[in-house]
Amino acid sequence: MSEEPHLLVHDRKDNVGVVVVEDLAAGTDMLCRITEDNSTFRLKVLDDVPIGHKVALVDLSEGDTATKYGEDIGRMVGGAAKGKHVHVHNLKTKRW
Amino acid sequence: METSMDYASQTVQAWRRENGRVAVRNHVVILPVDDISNAACEAVANNVKGTMAIPHSYGRLQFGEDLDLHFRTIIGTGANPNVAAVVVIGIEPEWTQVIVDGIAKTGKPVAGFSIEQKGDFETIRQASWKAKEFVHWATELQKEECGLTELWVSTKCGESDTTTGLSSCPTVGNMYDKLLPHGLYGCFGETSEITGGEHICADRAANNEARDKFMRTFQAYQDDVIEAHKTSDLSDSQPTKGNILGGLTTIEEKALGNLEKIGRTSTYIDVLEPAEAPAKGNGLYFMDTSSAAAECVTLMAAAGYVIHTFPTGQGNVIGNPIVPVIKITGNPRTVRTMSEHVDVDVSGVLKGTQTIDEAGDSLIEMIVRTANGRNTAAEALGHVEFVLTKLYRSA
Repeated sequence: MSEEPHLLVHDRKDNVGVVVVEDLAAGTDMLCRITEDNSTFRLKVLDDVPIGHKVALVDLSEGDTATKYGEDIGRMVGGAAKGKHVHVHNLKTKRW
Repeated sequence: METSMDYASQTVQAWRRENGRVAVRNHVVILPVDDISNAACEAVANNVKGTMAIPHSYGRLQFGEDLDLHFRTIIGTGANPNVAAVVVIGIEPEWTQVIVDGIAKTGKPVAGFSIEQKGDFETIRQASWKAKEFVHWATELQKEECGLTELWVSTKCGESDTTTGLSSCPTVGNMYDKLLPHGLYGCFGETSEITGGEHICADRAANNEARDKFMRTFQAYQDDVIEAHKTSDLSDSQPTKGNILGGLTTIEEKALGNLEKIGRTSTYIDVLEPAEAPAKGNGLYFMDTSSAAAECVTLMAAAGYVIHTFPTGQGNVIGNPIVPVIKITGNPRTVRTMSEHVDVDVSGVLKGTQTIDEAGDSLIEMIVRTANGRNTAAEALGHVEFVLTKLYRSA
């Protein structure tokens, strides 16, 4: 594999992916790879997102469920357009 | 390294103890029954080179289930195969004898000393002579060829981030999927960190009995610990500040990454109390533990596990006095900034240059090297965290 991925996605059902490179700058045309089947796609990231942090793969609105590992990981408490940073500012557990 | 390991016939050079268990370390331990015997134990360890004191903070005025757990943890630590022989020191003779008798069931040499009516000086003198005798004996024990899958290997992750769920945790899971079918004993736990993934964990039980026991354990934790003591929620500690810095947002996301440690095909055959030794034969066990790293590793060591595998994302530094802790990370930033703590680098998984299957084999290779004597990063750096789990305050 010549080009290293910028973003990894666990499962085809996921609507968020994980940045796996350091110093990712807004505007980068990311190579994204789904680890479940090794398929790839490209996505333009809209924020500077640190390594390990999540990016929305589709437009997410307040109230939407975030899906990772093909599972429910919480509810959006703010919107995140496709390519935007998803973290504690817009995503919260449904437990508490 | 071999491309395709024959896991069943792979061997390590290790010690075989009196009870048949395989040991990867050969410690002579000076073990306090209680907090006020730490000083005497440390003096003996200072007198006799090649011994190690394991000081701790409890052991007086405990009662009921909390005292049972204290005894089980201290006895289990002395009984661990990585310990060749034990000098036990306590303030009074009765509880000291409880510990000595518990350890003696393994068949290993153990001697107890109590301080009351004698003082520290006389206790240290007597215990030092015994410790010296044990060191001479232990250092002449010879290693022999033992099966890799005779080992007991536990796991718990720490300073997790999103890279642990993508790389280091599935690396441990791949190791378990490969070695458990050939006889390995495995153990995972962290009851609090299963929250959000408890339905997945329940489905990985090997039978209904184990499943029911897991769900009872999980619910008891929710009722007795969380509901009884919560403020608004667990959001200040689960996920931790370090987890959040690493990109983990919710407890569900953390749990799903955590559970990658049990692989794709492995199922657990029983649920253990904290520090309880497995009794249903080889296979994977779930232990009811805190998710705090040192508490959890201490409990698993007390249950008899001889090597611990520790996936980390943001970089945890933990070790244990008697069990080598192998650190695995897939976070390239952690590899760059904290390499002195990393034993197995699986950052190639994120770059697409290493598969989980290859990462699993690299961990198995490191388990073999550790069993054969390679000191882990934590051992080289002197990390000997030993932390007792306390269920409630003492009388």
